Amino acid sequence: MRNRSVATVAIATIAALGLAACGSSNEPTPTPGGDTSSLATTSGGAGGEVGVFTWWAAGSEKKGLDELEKLFKEKYPNDTFVNLAVAGGAGSNAKAKLASDLQNNQPPGSFQGHAGAELLDYIDAEQIEPVNDVIAALGGDKVFPKSLLDRLTVDGNIYSVPSNIHRANVVWANTEVLKNAGINAVPTDIKGWIADMEKVKASGVATPLSVAGTWTQLQLFETVLISDLGVDKYNGLFDGKTAWDSPEVKQAAADYKTLLTYANTASDGDDWPVATDMVIDGKAAYNVMGDWAVAEFAAKGKKEQTDYQYFAVPGQEGVFDFLADSFTLPKGTKNPGGTKDWLMLIGSAEGQKAFNLAKGSIPARTDVPATDFPPYQQSAMEAFKTNDIVSSIAHGAAVSLAWNADMSTAISKFYTTKDDAGLVTDLTAAAKKYLP
Amino acid sequence: MRTATKVRDWLPGFLLVLPSVIVVGIFVYWLILQNVLTSLDRTVTRATKRVTNPGGVENYTNLLGDDGYQHALFNLLVLTVVFVAGTMVFGLLWAVLLEKGVNAEGVFRSVYLLPMAISFIAAGIVWRWLLSPGKGEQAVGLNQLLAMMGLERFQSSWWQSPNTLSMAAMAIPAIWQLSGYVMALFLAGFRGISDDQREAARIDGATERQIYRHVLFPQLSPIALSALIIIGHMSMKMFDLIYAIAGQNSYKASVPATLMWTQMFQQNNPTAAAANATILLVLVALVVVPYLIYTNKTEKETRG
Repeated sequence: MRNRSVATVAIATIAALGLAACGSSNEPTPTPGGDTSSLATTSGGAGGEVGVFTWWAAGSEKKGLDELEKLFKEKYPNDTFVNLAVAGGAGSNAKAKLASDLQNNQPPGSFQGHAGAELLDYIDAEQIEPVNDVIAALGGDKVFPKSLLDRLTVDGNIYSVPSNIHRANVVWANTEVLKNAGINAVPTDIKGWIADMEKVKASGVATPLSVAGTWTQLQLFETVLISDLGVDKYNGLFDGKTAWDSPEVKQAAADYKTLLTYANTASDGDDWPVATDMVIDGKAAYNVMGDWAVAEFAAKGKKEQTDYQYFAVPGQEGVFDFLADSFTLPKGTKNPGGTKDWLMLIGSAEGQKAFNLAKGSIPARTDVPATDFPPYQQSAMEAFKTNDIVSSIAHGAAVSLAWNADMSTAISKFYTTKDDAGLVTDLTAAAKKYLP
Repeated sequence: MRTATKVRDWLPGFLLVLPSVIVVGIFVYWLILQNVLTSLDRTVTRATKRVTNPGGVENYTNLLGDDGYQHALFNLLVLTVVFVAGTMVFGLLWAVLLEKGVNAEGVFRSVYLLPMAISFIAAGIVWRWLLSPGKGEQAVGLNQLLAMMGLERFQSSWWQSPNTLSMAAMAIPAIWQLSGYVMALFLAGFRGISDDQREAARIDGATERQIYRHVLFPQLSPIALSALIIIGHMSMKMFDLIYAIAGQNSYKASVPATLMWTQMFQQNNPTAAAANATILLVLVALVVVPYLIYTNKTEKETRG
């Protein structure tokens, strides 16, 4: 009798497990992908769900995404917008989630990727498809700068639709600290900048330059490279025309080492606001950070010119170190028609204006009227049109994600060893691995 | 007739364990097999035709020959040694102190055990600040505390110092977190020894020290061994604490587990990550398997 009841329990357990297994096996069946070669849009949208994967989960980025969502619902009432945002600084968590989704053939409708070489990893793994038709329908190089489209093009195909542009080579400075040190002019090269730092140090500020964790150090190093190599040679670093162990790169590594002697001691894991706050609090004179830093100053109630000022990293007057967010068409996505509706919205003048006004970046399109934007964005839009454009290393425009990871490790290693010859060796080795 | 009763004897029990046998078979052993198979893949990037992994055993020799990986293994060794020694010493010390009998023992026990209730990732965020490398005017966290106590000369860049043994500093938060657990294990061991034995030893004229040395500690050795194994393998797979403190690409704090994250998610190289994982599995097995054999043997002995 006892035995029978045990057997009943055992069988019931197995049955329950079996049911649970059946319940969880409702895998989405892949529908045959629509025709992706020519763009056929239906007014009101293709219908179905469009999952949009981003790391815009908080702050101004989220506000921008919300604007886009509102506009998307208005223009494409047939489509259902699904927000797949994953929170986490600069997409570090989101990229991990995305990598496993793509690996398991469960791509979202569209995902955010830094425009430029970072997309190479996805192209290499054949995880995204060209969007030439979308770009053409949006107006192609009549509305997007050619220098930008060139950076999105691989073997004649364009793989993403850019949504916004940021500038990485901006120095943020504390006006009060500079005045106390007797500095009135913006230095014109790295040497002059170092001389100014010496003055700041003499005026009693122990750390004239502030840095944070590894990626901010990589961003600082990239701007030193641009200054010391000039635009053409810097661009050559990424197609093999400039050697990574050339004298100019060695000079840049030496200058970077000198700059760090004026900097605070950061922890590898610190995020950028730690360093920017040092300028805000007057503990440092300078911080190199992308133009999203303006939001940090605004949030702390600081006024342009009276409390802080900004200028291009010395030696880069007329150079725009760009990074951009863009959206892709993943291979094998369930609803390519809906994805294209989303891409059309992202790339439209209306979409770019709504998004960038809220996010604080500038539109990738050149035909969005500047007068609608605040002063900093106006000046950045003007600069983007007229300046020489170079690609940011730290933000996925110049090098692939894998190459970036190797360079970050080299920069992190250098931060403790302060061995500039070793840095050049490591960077050369990394380049050898990833250059075609 | 006889066979029927036999079946009725073993079948219900077998059916009861069958689900877990299946689940463990799939989610542990089959996945281990998959991981090993993945680690032997030959991979070529599809668009640019670059060979990222040559395939076979060469994947392992490449990884083991890599300077960065050797550095990570060395870091792991330093971390494991300091972490295991630290938790054992502090755990035993606290257990002895509590075992001696103090007022409000429950409060102390909770205080020592509480860090274990906090996840590594949350503790890591706090310790990133505490172990901040700035000295002198920039000191924050532990360095600031040392300055306030007038002990400036003990300030250190902690895990970020150029010293090759800097990884030992990363063990501080881990020791803080898990000493309480070891304490609980030892305390349970002490409580399991009947008071009669101490009384007997006292009557025989043993001093307190002798009682610990010759009566109590020998009986704790099985517990010490399990604590050693648990702590040792935790240190090898420790990822979240280091990741939270040092960020993604830190060279100074790289260990195989953090390197695996970089290989998988940044370098888009699951094959190399799988090889790394297999090596880590072998390392953990080297620690755990002898222990399993030992406990199996002693259990049989006590049963027999």
